[in-house]
Amino acid sequence: MINAATRAGIGLRILVALYLLLATPAARTWLEATMSGHMLVQIPLLAALGFIACRLLPEAWQETLLAAAGGPVPHVVVALFASTWWMLPRALDEALTHLPAEAAKFVSLPLLVGLPLALAWRRLGSIGRGFLWTNFISMLAVLGWLYIAAPVRVCNSYLVDQQESAGWLMVKLAVLLFAGWLASLFVGGHAECGASDITGAKAAGTLGRASPQNST
Amino acid sequence: MKAVARSVTVTALVTVLGTGAFWCGTDGFKAFTAETARRADILRTPRPLPAAILEDQDGRVFRLDDYRGRLLAVEFIYTRCTTICNSLGAAFKQIRDRVPADALGRDVALLSISFDPGHDDPANLKAYGTRHGADGEHWRIVRVRDADQLQALLGAFGIVVIADRFGGFEHNAAIHLVGRDGRLAEIADLDAPLRFADRLREAL
Repeated sequence: MINAATRAGIGLRILVALYLLLATPAARTWLEATMSGHMLVQIPLLAALGFIACRLLPEAWQETLLAAAGGPVPHVVVALFASTWWMLPRALDEALTHLPAEAAKFVSLPLLVGLPLALAWRRLGSIGRGFLWTNFISMLAVLGWLYIAAPVRVCNSYLVDQQESAGWLMVKLAVLLFAGWLASLFVGGHAECGASDITGAKAAGTLGRASPQNST
Repeated sequence: MKAVARSVTVTALVTVLGTGAFWCGTDGFKAFTAETARRADILRTPRPLPAAILEDQDGRVFRLDDYRGRLLAVEFIYTRCTTICNSLGAAFKQIRDRVPADALGRDVALLSISFDPGHDDPANLKAYGTRHGADGEHWRIVRVRDADQLQALLGAFGIVVIADRFGGFEHNAAIHLVGRDGRLAEIADLDAPLRFADRLREAL
Protein backbone atom coordinates (compact mmCIF):
# COMPACT_ATOMS: atom_id res chain seq x y z
CA MET A 1 0.00 0.00 0.00
CA ILE A 2 2.81 2.40 0.93
CA ASN A 3 4.57 1.32 -2.20
CA ALA A 4 1.57 2.22 -4.36
CA ALA A 5 1.21 5.54 -2.57
CA THR A 6 4.84 6.51 -3.12
CA ARG A 7 4.58 5.42 -6.73
CA ALA A 8 1.57 7.70 -7.16
CA GLY A 9 3.50 10.47 -5.44
CA ILE A 10 6.40 10.12 -7.85
CA GLY A 11 3.98 9.97 -10.78
CA LEU A 12 2.24 13.17 -9.68
CA ARG A 13 5.59 14.90 -9.29
CA ILE A 14 6.55 13.92 -12.83
CA LEU A 15 3.21 15.23 -14.10
CA VAL A 16 3.68 18.53 -12.28
CA ALA A 17 7.17 18.80 -13.77
CA LEU A 18 5.78 18.15 -17.27
CA TYR A 19 3.05 20.70 -16.66
CA LEU A 20 5.55 23.35 -15.57
CA LEU A 21 7.70 22.48 -18.56
CA LEU A 22 4.73 23.06 -20.88
CA ALA A 23 4.13 26.39 -19.16
CA THR A 24 7.65 27.72 -19.75
CA PRO A 25 7.76 30.57 -22.26
CA ALA A 26 10.09 28.57 -24.50
CA ALA A 27 7.78 25.55 -24.72
CA ARG A 28 4.75 27.76 -25.16
CA THR A 29 6.32 29.76 -27.98
CA TRP A 30 7.48 26.57 -29.65
CA LEU A 31 4.15 24.73 -29.49
CA GLU A 32 2.02 27.77 -30.17
CA ALA A 33 4.06 28.81 -33.19
CA THR A 34 1.91 26.61 -35.40
CA MET A 35 -1.80 25.99 -35.28
CA SER A 36 -1.23 22.23 -35.33
CA GLY A 37 1.19 22.40 -32.41
CA HIS A 38 -1.25 24.52 -30.45
CA MET A 39 -4.44 22.60 -31.18
CA LEU A 40 -3.19 19.07 -31.64
CA VAL A 41 -0.22 18.86 -29.27
CA GLN A 42 -0.38 21.43 -26.48
CA ILE A 43 -4.10 21.37 -25.78
CA PRO A 44 -4.45 17.55 -25.81
CA LEU A 45 -1.31 17.23 -23.67
CA LEU A 46 -2.74 19.58 -21.05
CA ALA A 47 -5.97 17.60 -20.93
CA ALA A 48 -4.06 14.31 -20.80
CA LEU A 49 -2.01 15.55 -17.84
CA GLY A 50 -5.24 16.19 -15.94
CA PHE A 51 -6.57 12.77 -16.91
CA ILE A 52 -3.46 10.88 -15.74
CA ALA A 53 -3.11 12.98 -12.59
CA CYS A 54 -6.67 12.05 -11.66
CA ARG A 55 -5.84 8.36 -12.10
CA LEU A 56 -2.97 8.71 -9.63
CA LEU A 57 -5.23 10.01 -6.88
CA PRO A 58 -6.31 7.46 -4.27
CA GLU A 59 -9.32 5.54 -5.56
CA ALA A 60 -11.46 6.58 -2.61
CA TRP A 61 -10.88 10.26 -3.43
CA GLN A 62 -11.87 9.69 -7.04
CA GLU A 63 -15.09 8.03 -5.90
CA THR A 64 -15.85 10.84 -3.45
CA LEU A 65 -15.21 13.50 -6.09
CA LEU A 66 -17.37 11.71 -8.62
CA ALA A 67 -20.24 11.24 -6.17
CA ALA A 68 -19.99 14.78 -4.81
CA ALA A 69 -20.53 16.29 -8.26
CA GLY A 70 -23.45 14.04 -9.15
CA GLY A 71 -21.98 11.07 -11.00
CA PRO A 72 -20.55 10.62 -14.47
CA VAL A 73 -23.06 12.58 -16.59
CA PRO A 74 -22.34 16.09 -15.29
CA HIS A 75 -18.63 15.36 -15.50
CA VAL A 76 -18.94 14.46 -19.16
CA VAL A 77 -21.01 17.59 -19.83
CA VAL A 78 -18.38 19.80 -18.19
CA ALA A 79 -15.62 18.17 -20.23
CA LEU A 80 -17.63 18.62 -23.44
CA PHE A 81 -18.21 22.32 -22.80
CA ALA A 82 -14.63 23.03 -21.80
CA SER A 83 -13.09 21.10 -24.68
CA THR A 84 -15.43 22.69 -27.20
CA TRP A 85 -14.46 26.11 -25.91
CA TRP A 86 -10.82 25.54 -26.78
CA MET A 87 -11.80 24.53 -30.30
CA LEU A 88 -13.11 28.04 -30.99
CA PRO A 89 -10.68 29.96 -33.20
CA ARG A 90 -11.42 32.98 -31.08
CA ALA A 91 -10.28 31.24 -27.91
CA LEU A 92 -7.00 30.26 -29.57
CA ASP A 93 -6.34 33.82 -30.69
CA GLU A 94 -7.19 35.16 -27.27
CA ALA A 95 -4.86 32.71 -25.54
CA LEU A 96 -2.07 34.02 -27.75
CA THR A 97 -2.73 37.69 -27.18
CA HIS A 98 -4.02 37.85 -23.59
CA LEU A 99 -2.11 36.32 -20.72
CA PRO A 100 -5.24 35.73 -18.56
CA ALA A 101 -6.77 33.70 -21.39
CA GLU A 102 -3.56 31.69 -21.67
CA ALA A 103 -3.65 31.05 -17.92
CA ALA A 104 -7.30 30.02 -18.17
CA LYS A 105 -6.31 27.53 -20.85
CA PHE A 106 -3.61 26.01 -18.67
CA VAL A 107 -6.00 25.69 -15.73
CA SER A 108 -9.20 24.65 -17.47
CA LEU A 109 -7.84 21.93 -19.75
CA PRO A 110 -6.46 19.66 -16.99
CA LEU A 111 -9.14 20.53 -14.43
CA LEU A 112 -12.27 20.79 -16.56
CA VAL A 113 -11.48 18.34 -19.36
CA GLY A 114 -8.94 15.75 -18.22
CA LEU A 115 -10.02 15.35 -14.61
CA PRO A 116 -13.80 15.02 -15.11
CA LEU A 117 -13.27 12.66 -18.05
CA ALA A 118 -11.01 10.44 -15.96
CA LEU A 119 -13.52 10.43 -13.11
CA ALA A 120 -16.45 9.59 -15.35
CA TRP A 121 -14.78 7.20 -17.78
CA ARG A 122 -14.80 4.09 -15.59
CA ARG A 123 -18.48 4.47 -14.85
CA LEU A 124 -19.50 4.90 -18.47
CA GLY A 125 -20.97 1.91 -20.22
CA SER A 126 -20.16 1.05 -23.80
CA ILE A 127 -22.92 3.37 -25.01
CA GLY A 128 -21.51 6.33 -23.07
CA ARG A 129 -17.99 5.67 -24.27
CA GLY A 130 -19.22 5.12 -27.81
CA PHE A 131 -21.06 8.44 -27.67
CA LEU A 132 -17.95 10.25 -26.51
CA TRP A 133 -15.72 8.64 -29.12
CA THR A 134 -18.07 9.28 -32.04
CA ASN A 135 -18.78 12.79 -30.81
CA PHE A 136 -15.09 13.59 -30.51
CA ILE A 137 -14.14 12.00 -33.83
CA SER A 138 -16.92 13.66 -35.81
CA MET A 139 -16.17 17.02 -34.22
CA LEU A 140 -12.51 16.68 -35.15
CA ALA A 141 -13.38 15.74 -38.73
CA VAL A 142 -15.93 18.53 -39.19
CA LEU A 143 -13.65 21.14 -37.66
CA GLY A 144 -10.75 19.92 -39.79
CA TRP A 145 -12.88 20.11 -42.90
CA LEU A 146 -14.03 23.62 -41.96
CA TYR A 147 -10.41 24.71 -41.60
CA ILE A 148 -9.53 23.30 -45.00
CA ALA A 149 -12.57 24.69 -46.77
CA ALA A 150 -12.92 28.03 -44.97
CA PRO A 151 -12.52 30.91 -47.40
CA VAL A 152 -11.23 33.11 -44.58
CA ARG A 153 -8.44 32.97 -42.09
CA VAL A 154 -10.15 31.94 -38.84
CA CYS A 155 -7.26 32.83 -36.55
CA ASN A 156 -5.61 36.22 -36.87
CA SER A 157 -2.47 34.77 -35.31
CA TYR A 158 -1.94 31.98 -37.82
CA LEU A 159 -1.20 31.87 -41.53
CA VAL A 160 -3.75 30.45 -43.94
CA ASP A 161 -1.49 27.55 -44.94
CA GLN A 162 -1.08 26.65 -41.25
CA GLN A 163 -4.83 26.61 -40.92
CA GLU A 164 -5.02 24.27 -43.88
CA SER A 165 -2.31 21.93 -42.62
CA ALA A 166 -3.95 21.83 -39.19
CA GLY A 167 -7.23 21.04 -40.93
CA TRP A 168 -5.71 18.15 -42.86
CA LEU A 169 -4.03 16.83 -39.72
CA MET A 170 -7.37 16.89 -37.92
CA VAL A 171 -9.12 15.01 -40.71
CA LYS A 172 -6.32 12.41 -40.82
CA LEU A 173 -6.36 12.07 -37.05
CA ALA A 174 -10.14 11.63 -37.11
CA VAL A 175 -9.87 8.84 -39.69
CA LEU A 176 -7.07 7.17 -37.71
CA LEU A 177 -8.94 7.42 -34.43
CA PHE A 178 -12.09 6.08 -36.04
CA ALA A 179 -10.21 3.12 -37.50
CA GLY A 180 -8.51 2.50 -34.16
CA TRP A 181 -11.77 2.73 -32.26
CA LEU A 182 -13.51 0.40 -34.69
CA ALA A 183 -10.63 -2.07 -34.49
CA SER A 184 -10.67 -1.94 -30.70
CA LEU A 185 -14.37 -2.81 -30.78
CA PHE A 186 -13.72 -5.93 -32.84
CA VAL A 187 -10.50 -6.91 -31.11
CA GLY A 188 -11.96 -6.05 -27.71
CA GLY A 189 -15.00 -8.18 -28.52
CA HIS A 190 -12.78 -11.12 -29.50
CA ALA A 191 -10.62 -10.69 -26.45
CA GLU A 192 -13.68 -10.81 -24.24
CA CYS A 193 -14.93 -13.92 -26.03
CA GLY A 194 -11.47 -15.44 -25.68
CA ALA A 195 -11.36 -14.53 -22.04
CA SER A 196 -14.73 -16.13 -21.39
CA ASP A 197 -13.61 -19.22 -23.36
CA ILE A 198 -10.53 -19.47 -21.20
CA THR A 199 -12.45 -19.05 -17.98
CA GLY A 200 -14.97 -21.54 -19.30
CA ALA A 201 -12.20 -24.02 -20.05
CA LYS A 202 -10.63 -23.37 -16.68
CA ALA A 203 -13.94 -23.92 -15.02
CA ALA A 204 -14.40 -27.13 -16.97
CA GLY A 205 -10.86 -28.14 -16.09
CA THR A 206 -11.35 -27.63 -12.40
CA LEU A 207 -14.63 -29.45 -12.64
CA GLY A 208 -12.95 -32.22 -14.57
CA ARG A 209 -10.18 -32.41 -12.04
CA ALA A 210 -12.59 -32.05 -9.18
CA SER A 211 -14.76 -34.96 -10.15
CA PRO A 212 -12.07 -37.68 -10.12
CA GLN A 213 -10.86 -36.29 -6.81
CA ASN A 214 -14.36 -36.65 -5.56
CA SER A 215 -14.62 -40.15 -6.83
CA THR A 216 -11.46 -41.20 -5.05
CA MET B 1 -33.01 7.87 -6.27
CA LYS B 2 -31.30 10.69 -4.43
CA ALA B 3 -28.19 10.13 -6.54
CA VAL B 4 -30.20 10.35 -9.76
CA ALA B 5 -31.88 13.59 -8.67
CA ARG B 6 -28.49 15.00 -7.79
CA SER B 7 -27.06 13.95 -11.13
CA VAL B 8 -29.95 15.58 -13.02
CA THR B 9 -29.70 18.80 -11.00
CA VAL B 10 -25.94 19.16 -11.43
CA THR B 11 -26.16 18.30 -15.13
CA ALA B 12 -28.83 20.97 -15.65
CA LEU B 13 -26.80 23.50 -13.70
CA VAL B 14 -23.63 22.73 -15.62
CA THR B 15 -25.46 22.91 -18.94
CA VAL B 16 -26.93 26.30 -18.11
CA LEU B 17 -23.56 27.62 -16.92
CA GLY B 18 -21.76 26.22 -19.96
CA THR B 19 -24.30 27.65 -22.39
CA GLY B 20 -24.09 30.97 -20.58
CA ALA B 21 -20.31 30.96 -20.87
CA PHE B 22 -20.54 30.27 -24.60
CA TRP B 23 -23.20 32.93 -25.03
CA CYS B 24 -21.01 35.55 -23.36
CA GLY B 25 -17.81 34.30 -24.95
CA THR B 26 -19.16 34.39 -28.50
CA ASP B 27 -21.26 37.56 -28.29
CA GLY B 28 -24.50 35.64 -28.39
CA PHE B 29 -23.31 32.78 -30.64
CA LYS B 30 -22.31 35.28 -33.31
CA ALA B 31 -18.57 35.86 -33.00
CA PHE B 32 -16.59 32.62 -33.16
CA THR B 33 -13.41 34.20 -34.46
CA ALA B 34 -11.31 37.02 -33.06
CA GLU B 35 -11.99 39.01 -36.22
CA THR B 36 -15.79 39.02 -35.86
CA ALA B 37 -15.37 39.68 -32.14
CA ARG B 38 -13.20 42.71 -32.90
CA ARG B 39 -15.85 44.09 -35.23
CA ALA B 40 -18.74 43.51 -32.84
CA ASP B 41 -16.79 45.07 -29.98
CA ILE B 42 -16.02 48.24 -31.91
CA LEU B 43 -19.63 48.65 -33.06
CA ARG B 44 -20.71 48.53 -29.41
CA THR B 45 -18.02 50.81 -28.06
CA PRO B 46 -16.05 52.98 -30.51
CA ARG B 47 -12.42 52.81 -29.55
CA PRO B 48 -10.09 55.78 -28.97
CA LEU B 49 -6.90 55.66 -31.01
CA PRO B 50 -3.37 56.43 -29.84
CA ALA B 51 -1.48 59.42 -31.17
CA ALA B 52 0.70 58.64 -34.17
CA ILE B 53 3.04 60.66 -36.36
CA LEU B 54 2.55 59.78 -40.02
CA GLU B 55 4.73 60.36 -43.06
CA ASP B 56 3.04 60.37 -46.45
CA GLN B 57 4.11 59.51 -49.99
CA ASP B 58 5.60 62.99 -50.49
CA GLY B 59 7.54 62.92 -47.24
CA ARG B 60 5.11 65.25 -45.48
CA VAL B 61 4.85 64.62 -41.75
CA PHE B 62 1.56 65.07 -39.90
CA ARG B 63 -0.48 63.60 -37.07
CA LEU B 64 -3.36 61.17 -37.13
CA ASP B 65 -5.20 63.65 -34.92
CA ASP B 66 -5.14 66.17 -37.76
CA TYR B 67 -8.08 64.28 -39.22
CA ARG B 68 -10.33 65.08 -36.25
CA GLY B 69 -13.62 66.50 -37.39
CA ARG B 70 -13.63 64.49 -40.61
CA LEU B 71 -14.71 60.95 -41.38
CA LEU B 72 -11.65 58.87 -42.10
CA ALA B 73 -11.47 55.55 -43.92
CA VAL B 74 -8.38 53.56 -42.95
CA GLU B 75 -6.79 50.45 -44.42
CA PHE B 76 -3.54 48.74 -43.44
CA ILE B 77 -1.18 47.61 -46.18
CA TYR B 78 2.41 46.96 -47.17
CA THR B 79 3.44 47.97 -50.63
CA ARG B 80 5.14 44.71 -51.65
CA CYS B 81 1.89 42.85 -51.00
CA THR B 82 0.61 41.24 -54.17
CA THR B 83 -2.58 39.69 -52.86
CA ILE B 84 -4.99 41.10 -50.34
CA CYS B 85 -3.61 44.65 -50.33
CA ASN B 86 -4.50 44.93 -54.01
CA SER B 87 -8.10 44.08 -53.15
CA LEU B 88 -7.89 46.67 -50.40
CA GLY B 89 -6.57 49.24 -52.86
CA ALA B 90 -9.35 48.43 -55.32
CA ALA B 91 -11.97 48.62 -52.56
CA PHE B 92 -10.62 51.99 -51.45
CA LYS B 93 -10.78 53.30 -54.98
CA GLN B 94 -14.43 52.27 -55.22
CA ILE B 95 -15.19 54.01 -51.95
CA ARG B 96 -13.37 57.16 -53.02
CA ASP B 97 -15.30 57.25 -56.30
CA ARG B 98 -18.61 56.93 -54.45
CA VAL B 99 -18.03 59.81 -52.08
CA PRO B 100 -19.45 63.11 -53.43
CA ALA B 101 -16.63 65.21 -54.86
CA ASP B 102 -17.42 68.24 -52.70
CA ALA B 103 -17.27 66.16 -49.50
CA LEU B 104 -13.95 64.58 -50.37
CA GLY B 105 -11.18 66.25 -48.46
CA ARG B 106 -13.53 68.60 -46.65
CA ASP B 107 -15.50 66.00 -44.69
CA VAL B 108 -14.09 62.65 -45.81
CA ALA B 109 -10.52 61.44 -46.19
CA LEU B 110 -8.90 58.11 -46.95
CA LEU B 111 -5.69 56.81 -45.45
CA SER B 112 -3.65 53.75 -46.37
CA ILE B 113 -1.26 52.99 -43.53
CA SER B 114 1.78 50.80 -44.18
CA PHE B 115 2.93 48.53 -41.37
CA ASP B 116 6.26 47.91 -43.08
CA PRO B 117 8.05 51.24 -42.54
CA GLY B 118 11.48 49.68 -43.07
CA HIS B 119 10.78 48.97 -46.71
CA ASP B 120 7.98 51.40 -47.48
CA ASP B 121 9.75 54.71 -47.93
CA PRO B 122 7.91 57.63 -49.56
CA ALA B 123 8.96 56.47 -53.03
CA ASN B 124 7.41 53.04 -52.53
CA LEU B 125 4.33 54.57 -50.92
CA LYS B 126 3.97 56.86 -53.92
CA ALA B 127 4.26 53.94 -56.34
CA TYR B 128 1.54 52.07 -54.43
CA GLY B 129 -0.68 55.16 -54.51
CA THR B 130 -0.20 55.67 -58.23
CA ARG B 131 -0.93 52.00 -58.86
CA HIS B 132 -4.29 52.24 -57.10
CA GLY B 133 -5.30 55.71 -58.22
CA ALA B 134 -4.74 57.60 -54.98
CA ASP B 135 -4.42 61.36 -55.45
CA GLY B 136 -2.06 61.87 -52.53
CA GLU B 137 -4.28 64.57 -51.01
CA HIS B 138 -7.68 63.19 -50.13
CA TRP B 139 -6.31 59.68 -50.21
CA ARG B 140 -2.82 59.51 -48.79
CA ILE B 141 -0.49 56.57 -48.40
CA VAL B 142 1.49 56.82 -45.17
CA ARG B 143 3.87 54.99 -42.90
CA VAL B 144 4.41 55.23 -39.15
CA ARG B 145 8.13 55.59 -38.61
CA ASP B 146 8.15 55.07 -34.86
CA ALA B 147 8.00 51.35 -34.07
CA ASP B 148 6.22 51.81 -30.71
CA GLN B 149 3.62 54.11 -32.23
CA LEU B 150 3.03 51.61 -35.01
CA GLN B 151 2.56 48.78 -32.54
CA ALA B 152 0.16 50.86 -30.46
CA LEU B 153 -1.80 51.82 -33.55
CA LEU B 154 -2.02 48.24 -34.83
CA GLY B 155 -3.06 47.12 -31.35
CA ALA B 156 -5.83 49.70 -31.13
CA PHE B 157 -7.13 48.78 -34.57
CA GLY B 158 -6.80 45.08 -33.78
CA ILE B 159 -4.53 44.35 -36.74
CA VAL B 160 -2.33 41.27 -36.34
CA VAL B 161 0.61 41.16 -38.73
CA ILE B 162 2.66 37.99 -39.05
CA ALA B 163 5.54 37.31 -41.40
CA ASP B 164 4.90 34.60 -43.97
CA ARG B 165 7.53 32.29 -45.46
CA PHE B 166 8.09 34.41 -48.55
CA GLY B 167 9.37 37.58 -46.90
CA GLY B 168 5.92 39.14 -46.93
CA PHE B 169 3.20 39.41 -44.32
CA GLU B 170 -0.20 38.04 -43.59
CA HIS B 171 -2.64 40.35 -41.89
CA ASN B 172 -6.34 40.67 -41.23
CA ALA B 173 -7.64 42.95 -43.95
CA ALA B 174 -10.64 45.21 -43.54
CA ILE B 175 -11.84 48.75 -44.07
CA HIS B 176 -11.95 50.84 -40.92
CA LEU B 177 -14.06 53.90 -40.29
CA VAL B 178 -12.76 56.51 -37.85
CA GLY B 179 -15.45 58.93 -36.74
CA ARG B 180 -15.22 62.70 -36.45
CA ASP B 181 -14.36 62.29 -32.77
CA GLY B 182 -11.21 60.34 -33.72
CA ARG B 183 -12.55 57.03 -32.49
CA LEU B 184 -12.55 53.80 -34.43
CA ALA B 185 -16.27 53.38 -35.10
CA GLU B 186 -16.73 50.51 -37.53
CA ILE B 187 -14.90 47.75 -39.35
CA ALA B 188 -16.24 46.51 -42.67
CA ASP B 189 -15.40 43.59 -44.89
CA LEU B 190 -13.24 44.53 -47.82
CA ASP B 191 -15.51 42.70 -50.25
CA ALA B 192 -18.39 45.06 -49.52
CA PRO B 193 -16.86 48.49 -50.24
CA LEU B 194 -20.04 49.87 -51.78
CA ARG B 195 -22.04 49.26 -48.63
CA PHE B 196 -19.30 50.98 -46.68
CA ALA B 197 -19.37 53.92 -49.09
CA ASP B 198 -23.15 54.19 -48.77
CA ARG B 199 -22.92 54.33 -45.00
CA LEU B 200 -20.19 56.92 -45.32
CA ARG B 201 -22.49 59.03 -47.47
CA GLU B 202 -25.31 58.65 -44.99
CA ALA B 203 -23.02 59.93 -42.25
CA LEU B 204 -22.20 63.09 -44.19
